[in-house]
Amino acid sequence: MKIGVLVSRIRVEEKLLFEEMDRRGIDYDLIDDRQVIFDLHKRPLNGYDVILERCINHSRALYALKVLGDWGIKCVNRYEVADNCGNKLLTTVALIRDNIPCPRTKLAFTQESAIEAIESMGYPVVLKPAVGSWGRLLSKVNDREAAEALLEHKEVLGSYHHSIFYIQEYINKPQRDIRSFVVGDETICAIYRYAEHWITNTARGGRAENCPVTPEINDLSVRAAKAVGGGIVAVDLLESDRGLLVNEVNYTMEFRNSIAPTGVNIPARVVDYLIQEAER
Amino acid sequence: MAVCPECEAEIDIKEPIKGEIVQCPDCGVELEVTNTNPVELAPAPEEEEDWGE
Repeated sequence: MKIGVLVSRIRVEEKLLFEEMDRRGIDYDLIDDRQVIFDLHKRPLNGYDVILERCINHSRALYALKVLGDWGIKCVNRYEVADNCGNKLLTTVALIRDNIPCPRTKLAFTQESAIEAIESMGYPVVLKPAVGSWGRLLSKVNDREAAEALLEHKEVLGSYHHSIFYIQEYINKPQRDIRSFVVGDETICAIYRYAEHWITNTARGGRAENCPVTPEINDLSVRAAKAVGGGIVAVDLLESDRGLLVNEVNYTMEFRNSIAPTGVNIPARVVDYLIQEAER
Repeated sequence: MAVCPECEAEIDIKEPIKGEIVQCPDCGVELEVTNTNPVELAPAPEEEEDWGE
């Protein structure tokens, strides 16, 4: 068996995955996305039973997975999953299609229609870039003056995709959210992410603690994973007064801060899944 | 022993992997391992808009 690992840079997560594959004697190659050239008329990457995507750039991951998938190479995750997760609008649409509870969300394309959408929702709202991660450029908009200024700044200073206004209901969560880790059909573990700030990403300093996987968390997480196409994903859940809501789904999950609090060997579970996919 | 290209501090990296990101203990800059034998370091790429998980 041979596994390819598509990488941009070697972070703690990648090192843990390599250590796990080394421990099991698995043959694997690193494919550096800065060096790889895809000749679209040929199929140069042969001999891999499965390719694990661990790019840091969403666009590189997305296009590489498209090409590899079309060549018939099994990828974890698949192109469709990267597309659905990398774009928050597509994630939300998939969740709504599958009747998975999520924050109320509106989409608008102009400043005027965005203001109308925001005011019909009521302040505060959250504006997010459709493509983005690690809590970057998330805006909690508390009043009309802030909304007008923000929308104008986005339109004038940002590239065009910042004028695709993704507007979400603000969920008054209890200074924490939940991140669950789904591998295949199972939620293998979950953490609470605590932060004083309304943005609770551990990438921004949020503190992680174990969150027991209740039947509700498992059910919602697995359904969310299936909605975006399945595989290995991390699901962000918000506790609200109408129950748990699925906020986002991540397809190249970071897990370094979640192994110790949960006691679950996440890289081992990832490698188990890769072997299972390779042998499928 | 590698040398930080930013502050010239000597950095000892155990079992370096090409592409690995390390932080200089002296100046705090993020560095990428560009060669493992001998270990060479270069400033790590700056964060881009579509970076994430």
